Amino acid sequence: MQIRPILASLRKHRIPATLIVLEIALACAVLCNAVFMIGQRLADIHWPNAIDEQGISVVTVNGTDAKLAASDIPRDLAALRGIAGVTAVAAATSMPLDQNPALSSFTTTPDGNTTVNTSVYFIGSGGEQALGLRLLEGRFFNADEYADSGFKDFASTGHVMLITQSDARRLWPGQSALGKTLYTNEQAWTVVGVVADVLAQDPKMSGPGGRYSSAFFPLRPDGAMGDYVLRSAPQDRVRVLREALQVLGRLESDGVVQGATYAGMRDAYFADTRSMAWMLLLVCMVMLAVTAFGIVGLTSFWVGQRRRQIGIRRAVGATRGHILQYFQTENFLLGTAGVALGMVLAFGINLYLMQRYEMARMPWYYLPVSAVALWVLGQLAVLGPALRASNVPPVVATRSV
Amino acid sequence: MFGYYLDLALRSLRRNKVLTTLMVMALALGIGATITTLTVLRLLSGDPLPQKSAQLFYPQVDPYPADQPFSRSGKRLPFAMSYVDVMNLLHARKAKRQVAVALSQVKVTPDAQAGKPFYADGVMATADFFPMFDVPFRYGAGWTAAEDDGRAQVAVIAGYLNDRLFGGANSVGRMIHIEGHDFRIIGVLKHWAPQPRFYALHLGGHNYGKGEGVYLPLLAARADGIAPSMMMSYAPGSSLQHLETSPAIWLGMWVELPDASAVSAYRLFLANYARQQVALGRFQKSRTAMPSLMEWLRSEHVVPDDARLQAGLAFGFLLICVVNTVGLLLAKCLRRAREIGVRRVLGASRGAIFAQFMVEAAIVGLAGGVLGLVFAVLGLWGIRHQPAQYASLAHLDFPMFLFTFVVALAASLVAGLLPAWRACAVAPAPQLKAS
Repeated sequence: MQIRPILASLRKHRIPATLIVLEIALACAVLCNAVFMIGQRLADIHWPNAIDEQGISVVTVNGTDAKLAASDIPRDLAALRGIAGVTAVAAATSMPLDQNPALSSFTTTPDGNTTVNTSVYFIGSGGEQALGLRLLEGRFFNADEYADSGFKDFASTGHVMLITQSDARRLWPGQSALGKTLYTNEQAWTVVGVVADVLAQDPKMSGPGGRYSSAFFPLRPDGAMGDYVLRSAPQDRVRVLREALQVLGRLESDGVVQGATYAGMRDAYFADTRSMAWMLLLVCMVMLAVTAFGIVGLTSFWVGQRRRQIGIRRAVGATRGHILQYFQTENFLLGTAGVALGMVLAFGINLYLMQRYEMARMPWYYLPVSAVALWVLGQLAVLGPALRASNVPPVVATRSV
Repeated sequence: MFGYYLDLALRSLRRNKVLTTLMVMALALGIGATITTLTVLRLLSGDPLPQKSAQLFYPQVDPYPADQPFSRSGKRLPFAMSYVDVMNLLHARKAKRQVAVALSQVKVTPDAQAGKPFYADGVMATADFFPMFDVPFRYGAGWTAAEDDGRAQVAVIAGYLNDRLFGGANSVGRMIHIEGHDFRIIGVLKHWAPQPRFYALHLGGHNYGKGEGVYLPLLAARADGIAPSMMMSYAPGSSLQHLETSPAIWLGMWVELPDASAVSAYRLFLANYARQQVALGRFQKSRTAMPSLMEWLRSEHVVPDDARLQAGLAFGFLLICVVNTVGLLLAKCLRRAREIGVRRVLGASRGAIFAQFMVEAAIVGLAGGVLGLVFAVLGLWGIRHQPAQYASLAHLDFPMFLFTFVVALAASLVAGLLPAWRACAVAPAPQLKAS
């Protein structure tokens, strides 16, 4: 296929050619960034979380008399344990993704500084089993540590804590965290165990550094505990939650009792992220359609304008395939120019977004992928007009148009 | 002349229905997306208190230790104040009005028959809250400074809570059971929900929404042990039980300053206060700030990034649609070179041809605008069904309705320029010769 005659012809039709290039470039630029944003949001939605997300239900009890917590919580736990299918149950102060962050900053020295805010979880006896924490190093809390640990001025009066793998690596790179001490506000705790990464209470707010920065403390029954964590088989969770709501509604008639499966809590946390991803996806599809229609419109007009030229070529021996190929090559050239310009634009937009919205840098592979997508789109769009062109009979050449 | 162009344009548009439909559709989609996102953006970035916002200011001081600043960069000032500082500034009475605000989630227990206890969004504030923010009352009024100091157990409730608890009747004088204490209702609000909820920024809860349910005098509520939703300690030794003496920030403070001289006088007062606190050893830094309401909203980036990104994306999309329309209009007009030649030979000036094609573009624009409006209404309907906290506010208002057509016409006329210019540049003679 000869490219030079195509280029010569394109030079003669600068404006339509420029418009097609511009359309493809704009589509490429916006598409790259939109797809990148979709990708990031999907990644957010799928942040892993090392608790038993499918088996947990959470019932929140608020507005009860804190002074009675020491007797009420064991009574409630006993009643919840009686529900068929419940394999573990415990009280806790908060849950990952519950958007009610209790944050503290821990340092490895008494007077150290840190910019990372750690989500703090206080769990009652059996909390590790109820949450399904995965122990990587060391041990969980023992019964004495639960019994001795209280809650005063937002901190544990105990002496032990569990941290996540991410924090262990961040705080003591290359060393084991076991037995080390963490400080906050002149108080100190010993790390007795390292667990797999649990999400923060509001990871979108905590930023990348705090997303998996979580600390667990033991706590005897205390008014600060508003959550009951129930673990069951995934298929039982809806029924378990329903029965738990009934049980607690009866026992805690003064309180406000609400509940959700953990899967539901996670969905709720990411609901607006998900809807933004869908919106972006919708815009991308409509944009591709509009671009395709634009290419179809311009090319068909163009074909119409060049009927005579096509007829002459057919008369001097060009086959239908040649004509088809001609338009496809032409579109490919325009598409390439558009994609090249579009990539520059896409990177420009990405740089702007990085400065303005703290967006990440777009990985390079978005560019070839979107280039291929737009090439394919262009070829599909040009197919109709090109087929029509290839059907121009040679006799057109002999007629004056 | 215009009527004739209109006739020509309509004929031309009818002649090529597919191309016309494509143009109108492309333009309408672009406009629909733009108007939808702009409507949301305008709602989110609007002035919550237009008649008053220029007179409202948010004083900030910095009690944080020098080696452990409030923000990572050390540049931002704390977004709230400690009780001691708020009370010092409040009691100085250097502004026309001054108010301290904290938010709280409070348990409301209805009468035995009326249903189960529930949580309501609450405000703890001092007396100036109501006159300062022009809060409208349906029944009764707010409390006074004397009731503040006397720790009077009174409450103002929102209209929607009054509907829920008392069926909308005048409940002034009745009691409401909040967090285990009885408060006497002295006022019921008309609908009041400024968007964004400027007075509650960073104090806990959402920046947009239906407004608070319960308003309580700060000192009385605190005496009953009602805790704020947000609390940050800047030094060891904070406790929820002794918040008033804790090294913790949990209160927002607003002052009303009617003119520029009052503003500069208050700035001076605030700076002196901070220096005085440094001298006393309470503060280590004497930095202060006092943004106006709108400055405060801007500096705290209240408008969600997602809304801005969506609007930017929609503009990109509109640009693509306009380029697309340029292409299609161009395709149409170049195809009619012969018609143009004939009209030119019969005496039409270049200007006349230009005008004719611009009229055609304008018609496409108007059609695109009408259809775009439909898309925008659909889009906003879609947004209202989204989970975002501001979703329910997304409605098209009259200015945006007009703006739709302005955008549509502007976009189509811009799109029409190149084709119309090409059309009027057509030389008549070759066109006639060819036939």
